[in-house]
Amino acid sequence: MGIGRQQVEHVAKLARLALTEEELNLFEGQLSAILEHAATVTKLDTEGVEPTSHSMPLMNVLRPDVVIPPIGSAAALANAPAEEDGHFRVPRILDDES
Amino acid sequence: MNPTEAPDLVTTIGLEVHVELKTNTKMFCGCPVGFGGEPNSRVCPVCLGHPGTLPTMNEKAVEYTTKIAMALGCDIAPRSVFHRKNYFYPDMPKNYQISQYDLPVGERGSLEVEVDGEFYTVGITRAHLEEDTGKSLHIGGGGRIHDADYSLEDFNRAGTPLVEIVSEPDITSPAVARAYATELRSILEYLGVSDVRMEEGSMRVDANISVAPPGERGKKVEVKNMNSLRSVFRALEYEEKRQREVLRSGGSVTQSTRHWDEKAGRTQELRTKEEAFDYRYFPEPDLVPLEPAVEWLRQLREEQPELPIERAKRYQRDLGLSSYDAGVLRSTKALGDLFEQALAAAKKADAKQVSNWVTNDLMSLLAAVPEGTKNPPLTGSNLAELVDMVAGGDLSKSQAQQVLQKTLETGRRPREIADESGIKQVSDEGALEAAIDAVLAANPDVAERLRSGDNKPFGFLMGEVMKATKGQGNPKVVSGLIRKKIS
Ligand SMILES: [Zn+2]
Repeated sequence: MGIGRQQVEHVAKLARLALTEEELNLFEGQLSAILEHAATVTKLDTEGVEPTSHSMPLMNVLRPDVVIPPIGSAAALANAPAEEDGHFRVPRILDDES
Repeated sequence: MNPTEAPDLVTTIGLEVHVELKTNTKMFCGCPVGFGGEPNSRVCPVCLGHPGTLPTMNEKAVEYTTKIAMALGCDIAPRSVFHRKNYFYPDMPKNYQISQYDLPVGERGSLEVEVDGEFYTVGITRAHLEEDTGKSLHIGGGGRIHDADYSLEDFNRAGTPLVEIVSEPDITSPAVARAYATELRSILEYLGVSDVRMEEGSMRVDANISVAPPGERGKKVEVKNMNSLRSVFRALEYEEKRQREVLRSGGSVTQSTRHWDEKAGRTQELRTKEEAFDYRYFPEPDLVPLEPAVEWLRQLREEQPELPIERAKRYQRDLGLSSYDAGVLRSTKALGDLFEQALAAAKKADAKQVSNWVTNDLMSLLAAVPEGTKNPPLTGSNLAELVDMVAGGDLSKSQAQQVLQKTLETGRRPREIADESGIKQVSDEGALEAAIDAVLAANPDVAERLRSGDNKPFGFLMGEVMKATKGQGNPKVVSGLIRKKIS
């Protein structure tokens, strides 16, 4: 069970990754190997075993609804590549369209 | 089938409602939640998505979401999990939104709504908890995202606890859709979990609407940007009509997203990409599951307020109020509470009398007070005192209206205000008789006409007596006395 070239390109596009031809080849092989391994694992009998999304037996980790003073807009914007009027300035959003 | 006898078309609507919770802090960090303010003043490394930061769940937001799910009759998940919804849009600095996917807080509920005396049950698919996004401001190109030169981001709202409530496609008309949104807003207001202000965006309604012959599936059109309950109705009414016309003229509806233009009164198709969204949901590794304790759920159930529709039914059933009156009294929790407190404290007035004062006089006075019906500046015992004074004949209706206004302005007791300003109603026959005698003596011709059976000048006499008593005469007693004297 492998992964097709088209699927690798699709996933790369979703993740906004610009991959070279070489990288596409490399990842096609690597991702296929990972999926093959997963396919092997799914052959195990997991009848009655709860799916796990966490390895720790923890739940309900909550915090009280108490304000922690925010850092202020000057600090917030300190690392911004561009700012304007207290806002983060970002490039045109839908530029990849059409 | 004869083609001219096309079967009636059926409208199918489902609503997706987002509500911001009224917590002190954001969903996953301690930044304060609020509306307006300097851009990026309520942010921290967590809600700005800086590397290495970790989210921690706000317990109040979990409680509020659970209460909402309970009020909507949902099954509360014994285990619910947060997922990452991945997408690239600069209003979400992490490039994903923490949301819920296959294990939401609540599922399979329902909501009962009333339209023109008819009751409809709308299924609730799910209620889940997520975080709100920031706000984008598009610069250039008339402020539209497609033509903008660049955009500005304010993350004050990013991370605000947001509950998404999805209805089943059970809604059959724009009127039922509006009633559903209205009822939902009312329930949320009763629960005290959200400001539910559509104009400020703390409650947002999106709709899916399709039209098709019975038994067939229509093409779903998503309608966005409905900023009031009225525009929910107008937009859906427009869209229903548009789709019907397209189908009747032999065309087909395209599956699309349309934007409601309130001013123009129509929906417009949005330019969207053809490819389906692929959010690549996966369990949020930085948060552990929620497994609400049975005891905690029991406690929350005990704290649940009576739902507005139940309250209205009870007022009609137990107190004999009209459907209209019950509807006004239930319109906000505070108004219904005020009515009940006043009724409990009233010694002379009955439910109908107390209700009349709330639904008529108080409502018109509260119209001038901002948020008046949500937070009426009046106590139940003051209202009871006033209504009792009218019921006991101490104040006339118009005198009581003056006193009520002063009570609202000052918060002082109606009896104190009336005593101090000398507002009272004179019911003492001796005192009134003198005034009536004087008026009759001054108008012998009028008295004569009355005696001869001409009832027309009666109102004139009443007016003269009321003038003579400076408006304090009890009209009932005065008219009784006049009749006695001329008979
Ligand atoms: Zn924060």
